[in-house]
Amino acid sequence: MNLWLLFFEFFKIGLFSVGGGLATLPFLNKLVEKYDWFTSGDLANIIAVSESTPGPLGINMASYTGFTGAGIMGGIIATVGIVLPSYLVILIIASMLQKFNENRYVQTAFAGLRSSVVGLISAAVLGIMELSFIQSGGSGLLELFNWKAIAAFLVLVLLRFRFQKAHPIILIVIGAVVGMAVGGF
Amino acid sequence: MKEYFDLFLTFARIGGFTFGGGYAMLPMMQRELVEKKQWTTNEELLNYYAVGQCTPGIIAVNTATFVGSKRKGILGAAFATLGMVTPSVIIIMLIASFLKNFADYPVVQNAFSGIRIAVCATILVSIWNLWKKSVKKPLDYIFCIVAFLLSAFTPISPVWIVLLAAAGGIFTNLKKEDNKE
Repeated sequence: MNLWLLFFEFFKIGLFSVGGGLATLPFLNKLVEKYDWFTSGDLANIIAVSESTPGPLGINMASYTGFTGAGIMGGIIATVGIVLPSYLVILIIASMLQKFNENRYVQTAFAGLRSSVVGLISAAVLGIMELSFIQSGGSGLLELFNWKAIAAFLVLVLLRFRFQKAHPIILIVIGAVVGMAVGGF
Repeated sequence: MKEYFDLFLTFARIGGFTFGGGYAMLPMMQRELVEKKQWTTNEELLNYYAVGQCTPGIIAVNTATFVGSKRKGILGAAFATLGMVTPSVIIIMLIASFLKNFADYPVVQNAFSGIRIAVCATILVSIWNLWKKSVKKPLDYIFCIVAFLLSAFTPISPVWIVLLAAAGGIFTNLKKEDNKE
């Protein structure tokens, strides 16, 4: 795999993802379509591990995807790539912090970005949900959907809403145990 | 040189010991950076977070860059930023290489089929919280839905959608302000 290409793609993600770690997800999803570095299934596992380990979510996801695509060098290069744009942008802003905060172009652009990012992330999750809930080769409503997985999903969503303060790792461990207990979804 | 290493180690400690990303890191940053090291104030820290939200990149990393540059300029920013990401990179690659060796076992595959479902649940709830915080006015709904539709059903890159959203935000809000005046 071309490491320059990897660097370039993650530099792009660092430059255009606004609003925290989860905002990198739509871009990672795009990489699945564009290259064969990792699959949708890998991506779901990557999110699970990134949510369960310390550190910023966006950095964890970048090192993991880079590593999956191109080993240790890949992990390092993807991380440097995603960090470099914001490093440069922040260095520029640091000298005029107050002005930047009050600039009305910045404020209004952010007003548009904030709500759009919610839509972008939702669309990215669809790809991962499809993998778990739609069965390949099925016909008819009963066979098309993986009802067992959907039932488990609904229970987990309820649990998550009920215990929002709990760390996501607990839900992920429950998912793993149930997955092993039922012999896979 | 000692101060550079101090920056590196302090941020490595923050990055290596907090779970849950940017917002979960705020209390830890307050303790380490404001109370212990007195490198910054609570007010400045919240400002960094506010700017980090509307600038590209990862919020925790942006904050590290800010504090590092305030302390020791460009090089200080580099040490702080590297400190923030180094534990992540090492921990993640250790786990990834470990998992790679076991990925073919049926037990592991079954576990991951359940984990994938749990991940969908955690993200869905995160999206719900983001939605409540960010989508309030009628215009927000339009931005959110248009971004969703473009991203889910067209091959348009998220890069363009992000640029479009920023331009749309400037256009609609400035127009509103002009009307008010």
